[in-house]
Amino acid sequence: MEAKGNYITQAWLVILLALCFGGGLAGLDAKLSGQIAANKLAETLGQVPALVPGADKGDEQIVDGQIVYRAVRGGEPVGWVIPARGQGFADKIELLLGVDPAVQTITGVYILDQKETPGLGNKIIEDEWRGQFVGKSAGSRLVAITGGGATGSRIDAVTGATISSESVCNIVNATLAKMRPALTAAGGE
Amino acid sequence: MNTATPEAPAVREGPTAGERFLSGILPENPIYRQLLGMCPTLAVTNGMQPAMTMAVAVLFVLTCSNLMVSLIRPLLKPHLRILVFTLTIATFVTIVDRFLAAYVYEMSKALGPYIPLIIVNCLIISRCEVCASKQGLVTAGADAVGQSLGFAIGLASLATVREILGAGTWFGLRVLPEMWPDWVLMVLPPGAFLTLGLLLGLVNWYSARRDSGSAAA
Repeated sequence: MEAKGNYITQAWLVILLALCFGGGLAGLDAKLSGQIAANKLAETLGQVPALVPGADKGDEQIVDGQIVYRAVRGGEPVGWVIPARGQGFADKIELLLGVDPAVQTITGVYILDQKETPGLGNKIIEDEWRGQFVGKSAGSRLVAITGGGATGSRIDAVTGATISSESVCNIVNATLAKMRPALTAAGGE
Repeated sequence: MNTATPEAPAVREGPTAGERFLSGILPENPIYRQLLGMCPTLAVTNGMQPAMTMAVAVLFVLTCSNLMVSLIRPLLKPHLRILVFTLTIATFVTIVDRFLAAYVYEMSKALGPYIPLIIVNCLIISRCEVCASKQGLVTAGADAVGQSLGFAIGLASLATVREILGAGTWFGLRVLPEMWPDWVLMVLPPGAFLTLGLLLGLVNWYSARRDSGSAAA
């Protein structure tokens, strides 16, 4: 028996199916990937007015090699929305960070994607918790504390989800540290 | 081939389409009787909406996979069949995953990794093995729909208990008064295990009682 021919007679169905399915999926992806990307973009842009007060839309712009959104009202820049991601408790947390044009103050935080513990860590998506970031100084390091009563650059951690809370603070801190100089420069243009 | 005693195909026919359909719903319920597909059963039953999205996704994947496998069953090589099943299932799961991301974006975000994980749902591969690789299109289709309905019933029962006790809502609609102290535990993983265990016990207790009742009669 010839080995090569034997393999083909054994496996032709698998090979054929793999090619057909692969081709089909590639076609499907070509058809749907635009829609999927548009969904993500629509979610991001839809959040711009909530993240930067007074903004009516966001314009995509590349600053320092990263996509950011310049929040504008009637053509006038009123702030920035910066997509950021980092490690959470369970998986990567993706968020949007809103700041004023001079990158002095945080104007909003929105969690785009997270897989934190349901009922505990996923409370980071709730308005009440995210709202704590509004008005914080973009120049100081944010710290999550337990026990409540946070003031200044402190954020009250979600009860039972200190790590998720710290993760969000760390992502915000890292993003600001990285993007602040570049955005300040770009904002002056 | 060496012990060639060619069997007449009629001998291996197995259950009819109607029997397959009905047995999937209760007598061979995937969750309460076969204990298959436990990962989505535990993971997405914290609310009715994700649970029912999962049920529809499984219905689609199982039906398409069963039909596909049934269609190509004369060509299957015994030692490569699992590979073919997995390939088929993975394809249809990817289709569902992309469709949800494109048209039901919010739900796709809520279900996260559990849609791709349908690929390793043993319910589907077991139906390909038990039914679709041996029986015709109609039987395989009926089997898929029956099993999917059984799966949906199982998911719905868990999700109903968990969402009502854990959040005071059903399908997102408030059913318990605002003063209800949400049992957060119920929407957390322990709530899934507790609910599954208690419901499983209840089903076993009921069927044991019914069997002994009919034996006595």
